[in-house]
Amino acid sequence: MLQTAWLILVFPLIGFLLISIGKTFLKNSSAGILASLTILASFIYSVLVFFELPETGTTLHLFNWIHSGNLSIPFSILIDRISIIMLLIITGVGFLIHVYSIGYMKGDDGYPRFFSYLNLFVFFMLLLVLGADYIVLFAGWEGVGLCSYLLIGFWFKNNSYNNAANKAFIMNRIGDLGFLLGVILIYVTFGSTSFSVVFNSATSFSNNDNIIVAITILLFIGAMGKSAQIPLYTWLPDAMAGPTPVSALIHAATMVTAGVYMVVRSNILYSLAPSTLHFIAIIGTATAVFAAVIAMAQTDIKKVLAYSTVSQLGYMFVALGAGAYSTALFHVTTHAFFKALLFLAAGSVIHAMSGEQNIGRMGGLRKKLPVTFMVFLIGTIAISGLPPFAGFFSKDEILSKVWIQYPILFVILSITSVMTAIYMFRVLFLTFYGNFRGTHEQEHHLHESPRVMTVPLMFLAVLSVIGGFLGLPPITGAVHLFDNYLHSYVSFPSSLIETGATHLFEWSLIIVSIIVLTLCIIYTYRRYAVKQILIPEQESQQTGLVRMANNKFYIDELYEWIIVKPLSAMGNFFYKIIDIKLIDGLVNSVSKGLTASSGVLRLIQSGYIGFYIFAMVFGIIAILLFNLILK
Amino acid sequence: MLTLLIFFPLIAALFTAASGKQAGRIAFIFAVIELIVSIAMVIQFIPSGGFQFSQNISWISSLGIRYNVGLDGISILLVLLTTFLVPVILLSSFNREYKNPALFYSLILVMQFALIGVFSALDGFLFYVFWELALIPIYLICLIWGGQDRFRITLKFFIYTLFGSLLMLVALIWLWFQTPGTHTFDLATFYSLNLSSSQQGWVFWALFLAFAIKMPIFPFHTWQPDTYVDSPTPGTMLLSGIMLKMGIYGVLRWLLPIVPHGVDAWGLTVIVLSVTGIVYASLIAMAQKDFKRLIAYSSIAHVGLISAGVFSLTHQGIQGGVIQMISHGIVVVGLFFIAEIINTRMETRDMSKLGGIRNHAIQFSTFFFIFLLASVALPLTSGFVGEFLLINGIFQYDPIIAGIAGLTIILGAVYMFRAFQKISLGESNNHTIKFTDLNTREKSVLIPLVIMILWIGIYPNIILNIAGPSVEALQKAILHTSEATMIK
Repeated sequence: MLQTAWLILVFPLIGFLLISIGKTFLKNSSAGILASLTILASFIYSVLVFFELPETGTTLHLFNWIHSGNLSIPFSILIDRISIIMLLIITGVGFLIHVYSIGYMKGDDGYPRFFSYLNLFVFFMLLLVLGADYIVLFAGWEGVGLCSYLLIGFWFKNNSYNNAANKAFIMNRIGDLGFLLGVILIYVTFGSTSFSVVFNSATSFSNNDNIIVAITILLFIGAMGKSAQIPLYTWLPDAMAGPTPVSALIHAATMVTAGVYMVVRSNILYSLAPSTLHFIAIIGTATAVFAAVIAMAQTDIKKVLAYSTVSQLGYMFVALGAGAYSTALFHVTTHAFFKALLFLAAGSVIHAMSGEQNIGRMGGLRKKLPVTFMVFLIGTIAISGLPPFAGFFSKDEILSKVWIQYPILFVILSITSVMTAIYMFRVLFLTFYGNFRGTHEQEHHLHESPRVMTVPLMFLAVLSVIGGFLGLPPITGAVHLFDNYLHSYVSFPSSLIETGATHLFEWSLIIVSIIVLTLCIIYTYRRYAVKQILIPEQESQQTGLVRMANNKFYIDELYEWIIVKPLSAMGNFFYKIIDIKLIDGLVNSVSKGLTASSGVLRLIQSGYIGFYIFAMVFGIIAILLFNLILK
Repeated sequence: MLTLLIFFPLIAALFTAASGKQAGRIAFIFAVIELIVSIAMVIQFIPSGGFQFSQNISWISSLGIRYNVGLDGISILLVLLTTFLVPVILLSSFNREYKNPALFYSLILVMQFALIGVFSALDGFLFYVFWELALIPIYLICLIWGGQDRFRITLKFFIYTLFGSLLMLVALIWLWFQTPGTHTFDLATFYSLNLSSSQQGWVFWALFLAFAIKMPIFPFHTWQPDTYVDSPTPGTMLLSGIMLKMGIYGVLRWLLPIVPHGVDAWGLTVIVLSVTGIVYASLIAMAQKDFKRLIAYSSIAHVGLISAGVFSLTHQGIQGGVIQMISHGIVVVGLFFIAEIINTRMETRDMSKLGGIRNHAIQFSTFFFIFLLASVALPLTSGFVGEFLLINGIFQYDPIIAGIAGLTIILGAVYMFRAFQKISLGESNNHTIKFTDLNTREKSVLIPLVIMILWIGIYPNIILNIAGPSVEALQKAILHTSEATMIK
């Protein structure tokens, strides 16, 4: 099993090739079924590997990829406890989302194309987490970016979707440049880019060594792009242009957590660079709170979830910044469950609402969509952090770890988690409670989604309920399965202070959060379920802060003004002034001057010189041939 | 065998010239034979064996000029690039009727002859002859079959390159005078000349300008976009796919090991110019409406990266340069063919008049997209291997410069994805609704190119291993000359 574990990678690739070659004669549903089966195969294989995996993991060498001088990059995959967790999430959640898509995408013109892209995405994502070398990881990293582009712009007739796709790709590339330079610096420093060599030789560096700090910051720039952290987050909300299952799989559960995975993978380097860890913690906190504020004032159900994803990713990075690597990965796991659930449930709502995404025009849907309502409720409770659902355990763990390292950030993040509950319950109440506020036609069409969509939702709902038990807090006296499983891979940075949170603190955190969250839910219930207070659609009727948040604090406009416009103005200036007027003008005036004063160059203009050289060269060749024949 | 490889296209050109209407097919058959012969040579080639298939006979003995040819791992790859691209270019040209086809196709073969000669010559004078010879057919192709503005543009092109060539000729003759005994143009002798630093300085500039114009490097590039746009597409493909590699090859073979101190003194200047060119040309590419002109500027940006990598003198920089020359040749020919297909079908290259082509031509858009991915250096395409090694090499020279050079991976994505969107995505208009998908002949041009892109992207080691020992030898030669002159 272990020796053939590369098959996990190959199944989705085969799926992609079969579907893209056979899309003209594959019946629509069979493309979906085929695609789902390949992911199921990978999932089953991953489970089998999980049980066989030795504690030290295993490396499989596939072939030599790039070899230049003393740089050698083998195409190898590494299966260890970190990657197997990611494998199980990607293939498990990925399979459920594939199945859901069979129903969701029904009737779409690009049905086989959708599944071929989805399979290709899973292939690259698996490559990303399996690569045993930074460059192989980077191949997966860029590959998932490509698939993200293809799927955001899936409905390519719509140019605003295409713009969103371009934006995602380009913003990711900004991060990728940082990442690539970081990897090159790793090569220059360690003479190799493979994990085993790098991590083994890293131990000889001292804390906060400049080179290690530079490497970790450059790699983190890559993570900022891929995992949508400030300042490179604005592509993710726009990425909601893609079909909803894509938002669930790529832009919530898997791809965007690649940055977190990469830092966990490189934890030996990061632990040596406490300054980078502080920086990551600050960026993560800023992202978490900023995105949460924006999410409070959004009216599009997917946009709320998108900003909530940005915010939750912020939490994961704070955990990394506090040196709590396994906690970050734990939150990746629970978040994958409940955020995939929320997105797919939102997709089910949108499906029922004939494409409507504005929560202002929904309301009272719980009777018409009972299953969707139930699972959305579970997802909302899970993300809000109410015990005993999944999000509670991982988020509380993050908060208690942050409390020790960064008390100020702890306060900000606690407030943010209250905001999380508010904006999520706002969506829940506006969507499923109160009166229906849409058109009659929409009301007439309301229906629960088919079984093929609701069954995956139920699975994810169960996972969102029980997923947290993988990591029970110490006060319960139970074993923290997650920490325990990973403890030989990630160690707490010796450069940070390590003290466990006291039991008193943990108890008070739990009790206070339950009380505060309950109050919040009551408040949001009265405000949104009973009074149904909406954000006015007319901008002029919005008050200051709401208008700012509703317009995402005009960050996109800011980028447009300080980066995009100046660059295109420069392009035009270089082209029209420097190239055509200056350089070409100079060349032309020189040649004009010469033509006027010299007879030699006049020959060129009359075209004789070409003939002249022609004759000369042929003469030379004739001599050459003559010589050759004589020899 | 090498001599046969060099002169066979010339013989083929004579047959083609005499063949009338069937010229294109005949030229194509000859080019395929040439390709097969070159593949056979690559198979026989021993990477660690230095120069092979050599032939060295006296030509003009009174001046010590010899017909001295041979291939090492770098030149054999460029020869292979030439013999691979010429049949592809010929096949692609069948999309359009050219007046006086016999002359047209025989000029392309003459061009191939000269290019292979340039890559094989180990004698300075022979190199110069082939170098000049390569100019004539392309000049005539642009002049006879070019666009409306062809007289003005070919004149500019001609003056630029002639200026460079004359400087090179002066430098070569001066080097000849420095050689001991009865004087020679022999490459190995040039490597062992003990030139003072100041002598190396001016020889460096004389040679570098010739090569820089050919590539072209900013700010010697303004002949290039106009010429690329105005030439008939096969001419553009020859220029961008193969001919610009003459400049880089010239740097590798005839500049770095001859005047290493000149490189020490001026290398930073060159790298700064090259990297400036990357950003400069990328920003201009973003402002273009004409797709062909956009590719022309993107080509300047890509060549800037190659040049900077080569001048870093690191193993990865030089080897990245070699592999990127090949990758760029393949990708740029593919992109120009895409532009040609659009142009023949739509009678325009203005991207603002296009859009939605994908709705009617899925295969066309898929091929276009694969070339785009290679152009933006996505891993597992050929472009990534080259750009990664190049940026790596530049990084070892100077991390900050590497960061600026690396902007190409961002800016390249900006203009290429935008172009793809404007041409292929969105709703179709009255014009593009009539766009028909690829025919068999067009596919037979594009498929070999795509296979090469993926092959080099996934398993580049075959090419890297051929070039590796020669790159090492080149580095040694540079170091050797450099140390020898140090002692002096």
